[in-house]
Amino acid sequence: MSPKIGVYICHCGTNIAGKVAIDEVVEFAKKLPNVVMVRDYKFMCSEPGQNLIKDDIKKEKLDRVVVASCSPLMHEKTFRTACETAGLNKYLLHMANIREHCSWVTEENASATEKAKALLRGAVAKAALLEPLEKKEVKIHPHVMVIGGGIAGIQAALDIADSGRKVYLVEKEPSIGGHMSQFDKTFPTLDCAACILTPKMVQVGQHPNIELLSYSEVEKLDGYVGNFKATVRMKSRYVNEEKCTGCGDCWNKCPAWRVEKPKGDKKVVHDALTLGPPKAIYMPTLQAIPAVPVIDKESCIYFKNGKCQICVKSCPTGAVDHKMVDVVREIEVGSIIVATGYKLFDVTKMPQYGYGRYPNVLTGLEFEHLNCASGPTGGAVLMENGQPPKSIAILHCIGSRDKNYHEYCSRVCCMYALKFAHLVKEKTGAEVYDFYIDMRSFGKGFEEFYNRLLEEGVRFIRGKAAQISNEAIYPEEEGKLIVRCDDTLLGRVRRVPVDMVVLCSAIEATGDSQDMSRLLGLCHSKDGFFAEKHPKLAPVSTATDGIFIAGCCQSPKDIPDTVAQASGAAAQAMMLAARGAIEVESATALIDEDRCTGCRICNDLCPYHAIDFIADDKLSKVNEALCKGCGTCVAACPCSAIAARQFNDAQVLAEIEGVLQ
Amino acid sequence: MALQKEYLYYPGCSLHSSATAYDDSSRAVLSALGSKVVEIDDWNCCGATAYMAIKEMTAFTISARNLAIAEKKGDHVVAPCSGCYVGLSKANNYIKEFPEVQKKVNTALAEGGLSYNGTVHVRHVMDLFVHDLGADELKKFIKKPLKDLKVGCYYGCQIVRPKNEIDSPEYPTTMEKLMEACGATPIDFVMKAFCCGGAILGTEEAIGVRLIKNLMQSAKKNGAEILVTPCPLCQMNLDAYQRRAAKKYGMKFDIPVLYFTQLIGLAMGIAPKKLGIGKEIVSAKSVLKQFL
Amino acid sequence: MRKQPDIQREGHMDLGFVDEVAAIPGGEKIVDCIQCGTCSGSCPTSFLMEDSPRSLIYKVRAGLKKEVLQSPDIWLCTSCYLCYVRCPKNIKVTDIMYALKRLSCKDSPIQRKGYHLAKSFMKVVNKYGRNQETELLLRFFLRANPIGLIRNAFIGLNLFIRGRMPIFPNKIKQRKQFRAIVARAETLSN
Repeated sequence: MSPKIGVYICHCGTNIAGKVAIDEVVEFAKKLPNVVMVRDYKFMCSEPGQNLIKDDIKKEKLDRVVVASCSPLMHEKTFRTACETAGLNKYLLHMANIREHCSWVTEENASATEKAKALLRGAVAKAALLEPLEKKEVKIHPHVMVIGGGIAGIQAALDIADSGRKVYLVEKEPSIGGHMSQFDKTFPTLDCAACILTPKMVQVGQHPNIELLSYSEVEKLDGYVGNFKATVRMKSRYVNEEKCTGCGDCWNKCPAWRVEKPKGDKKVVHDALTLGPPKAIYMPTLQAIPAVPVIDKESCIYFKNGKCQICVKSCPTGAVDHKMVDVVREIEVGSIIVATGYKLFDVTKMPQYGYGRYPNVLTGLEFEHLNCASGPTGGAVLMENGQPPKSIAILHCIGSRDKNYHEYCSRVCCMYALKFAHLVKEKTGAEVYDFYIDMRSFGKGFEEFYNRLLEEGVRFIRGKAAQISNEAIYPEEEGKLIVRCDDTLLGRVRRVPVDMVVLCSAIEATGDSQDMSRLLGLCHSKDGFFAEKHPKLAPVSTATDGIFIAGCCQSPKDIPDTVAQASGAAAQAMMLAARGAIEVESATALIDEDRCTGCRICNDLCPYHAIDFIADDKLSKVNEALCKGCGTCVAACPCSAIAARQFNDAQVLAEIEGVLQ
Repeated sequence: MALQKEYLYYPGCSLHSSATAYDDSSRAVLSALGSKVVEIDDWNCCGATAYMAIKEMTAFTISARNLAIAEKKGDHVVAPCSGCYVGLSKANNYIKEFPEVQKKVNTALAEGGLSYNGTVHVRHVMDLFVHDLGADELKKFIKKPLKDLKVGCYYGCQIVRPKNEIDSPEYPTTMEKLMEACGATPIDFVMKAFCCGGAILGTEEAIGVRLIKNLMQSAKKNGAEILVTPCPLCQMNLDAYQRRAAKKYGMKFDIPVLYFTQLIGLAMGIAPKKLGIGKEIVSAKSVLKQFL
Repeated sequence: MRKQPDIQREGHMDLGFVDEVAAIPGGEKIVDCIQCGTCSGSCPTSFLMEDSPRSLIYKVRAGLKKEVLQSPDIWLCTSCYLCYVRCPKNIKVTDIMYALKRLSCKDSPIQRKGYHLAKSFMKVVNKYGRNQETELLLRFFLRANPIGLIRNAFIGLNLFIRGRMPIFPNKIKQRKQFRAIVARAETLSN
């Protein structure tokens, strides 16, 4: 019995109908083989549009449906559901993309109409050969893994843990807290970073549903949505987390220095900003979670010559153990949230700003740390010589909005520059010069904050600072750093002598973001930031089902946006867990066991690691839960032993012939 | 790393007139290092800066005439003059990057029975020391180390900009390494890759003199006893006009300006006369006393 | 006397000017300028300009053709290329300054000293195939800056004494061939 095909042509408002002569296509479709019903409608995806299809399936006993509209990425699900509710196997639907592939990209109306006809003819030819497929479901493991323990990871972990699910929080560093733990105040409200972050860090440490794996890294990831298996290396910190009370006896008595020991009364105010805690056994920060120190193997005397062990002797609970080894764990989870954060642009790439050559030129993060109450000066803004500065220059867009480095805007610099300006004014009363290209104060409360700083008397100069030097030409410049710039609003070149310079350095993707994307099967942009599935409608999902992203690893963003995104990612993970099972693609590849020679070519080529070699049978086998039906193996198989369901040879050839006829 | 056995050599106009010391010292040093220098036949002006300002395509074409002649003989053309280096490289790059430029250039060259296929590499003489020879290798040839001589390395503009492979366009450091290899003590000064004003001295003397003042002031403050440069225009400008700048601004400059090849040659034990030492206006005699 | 300001009428703009400048090889990026001032802040001579490179680029885009081409500031560019390497939008600022110089030679009635120097340079090169510094300076100073000739005579003498200012021109052999190539190239200029 020949199939009965219904064809549904969508106008998509004027998106399609503005280019393609719908009437002509309707008449054309009526004459195609096996077509018993042709309809067009302004928006086929709308409720009445879908009803047209449903009613026809029931009344006309259609057994194939072809929808000519947008990309199946947009609405395949919609139309499949429509078919299903009308009692037709949803895999008997086929779509012709006459929008993205036709009306949007074709200049002339006549040729767009011809192309639409050809695409439709191909779709109808293929539809006739479609076969019904069975629905497949996989179970979802209820646990979730969060990679990265900055504010994004902390927020996501707490949200999920509070919903009653178990969370593994994996942090590379010895403590959670990330960059935010180095900040003093946060813009635009100026609330104290520690005051709002530390409670959350403590909660993470205490939460019965969170297992914190600090100083740990994910080394391998297998599996698929709902059933991931992660291999995590817990690096040895040489201090037993169970026994340690964080009393501090070890690092107070440790004789080894991670950084050069200060000589005499020489001030090392700024060195401490970049180098961190000084001793070989150290607590990362005062508020570290877990509050357990770690030994730096490079500088520890015991690891050099087998002697010392002063830390072991001084520890009242016997927690220090130099023989501790790395532990590798395998953890099963249903979904993963990646929140691996960012790193700061290396400003030595722009020697014109003298970073590293002149004292008192600091990066944004160093200046944050200088301002931080738990920083080396207890929050006082001091120059290298320990004196407060009388004037400061803050330079925007260092490495951002610059095609030589990063083309994108780092989004947070304008506002943290204003925050710095405020802190400097408040703490030192120094003159503040702020060199900006465009002041981007787009967020909630941002413009008001800008206004506040204007009123506080900051000297804003519109122009990107061109260079910093210590070469005085005029008397007032002696002993100062001189910022040379074009004041674009004055139209004059200015030389501004200051005591200190803060470079608002760009936010960039972490150095290992490419390795991470390979490890987790994520896509990333050319800048190294992880790519979301859809920029507007699936901002926390990724190309891999069950893996979500949050925070600056996706793109530069501020704390409110990061936290919102983290909660969004947590909601996605919880949704999966709550559902317990999800339907997976049925249009998978199928290996004909009689033809497979066990050559294993397909094993390595599969981008989803979905084909396993069964040694006993000397055959390859497709894991249908992992297979996405991409067809790579089908094309590669030298014996033509693999067929893709819904894309078998007959179907694909029919469609091609249909298009080319 | 090693120098090639032979390089094609494009001296350019200045090296045949005001900068003969650069020409002499470059040839003497390269040959002492075991490299043969082959001057390209009947070369013409590179068409740099001033020509480019009026006729771009003609400037590219006359540059390409040199490259076309060179192409018959080899693939590495060395230009000691920074202006020639940029002029020739720019023409070379545009010919390679823009097919319509190549087409026009070849149409014009055909009038003289020439054509250029874009196979030549344009090199600066300093580039040879940095990338072919290397400071470590140079050290082996040093016979009379310039001990305690405080040298300011002045790069000028066109050897490091627009971007090239020689050094950082902002903060170059390779000439310092060469001077260290010669046993001298390079001093750091901010202005080392900023404009000396040579290009506009003829038209806007006041500006040129002001730039010279800033530069010499910076070099002096940082303790330079002598400046070395790889650029004939910079040498001429700083050498001939530093006293005028000093007078105008009530300062005193007495810093001789030599070509970097002259000091390398001296450290290698080549006779000062062969290196053209003594042709500078601000005499280097007293500063170099113990090495001459 | 102060120039009387007035409303800038759109009808007085030359909106196609930016395309003329953008037409040079690699000049198309001029439209990407965000007026950050990196070029002018880096320029060694911009402090003396009424219109710095940034401002010139803006005026090119706005269409103030006459004002730009008559500006003495385009002749203050020393081709140090600092703007070029620093521009965050990769605009070839130095090449654009060259292009403005060329357009100004072609279209502007007012000729600056820089033009005369370049013109003298070109004449000397076209004559001998090489530059001849002595003749170039004589030609230029006599035409555009006679006082400069006297001011610089002493330096010239100093150079002459040291054998750095030859009197006889340095010529190429195949001057005929060279001039034929130049003549053909002139006809191909854009």
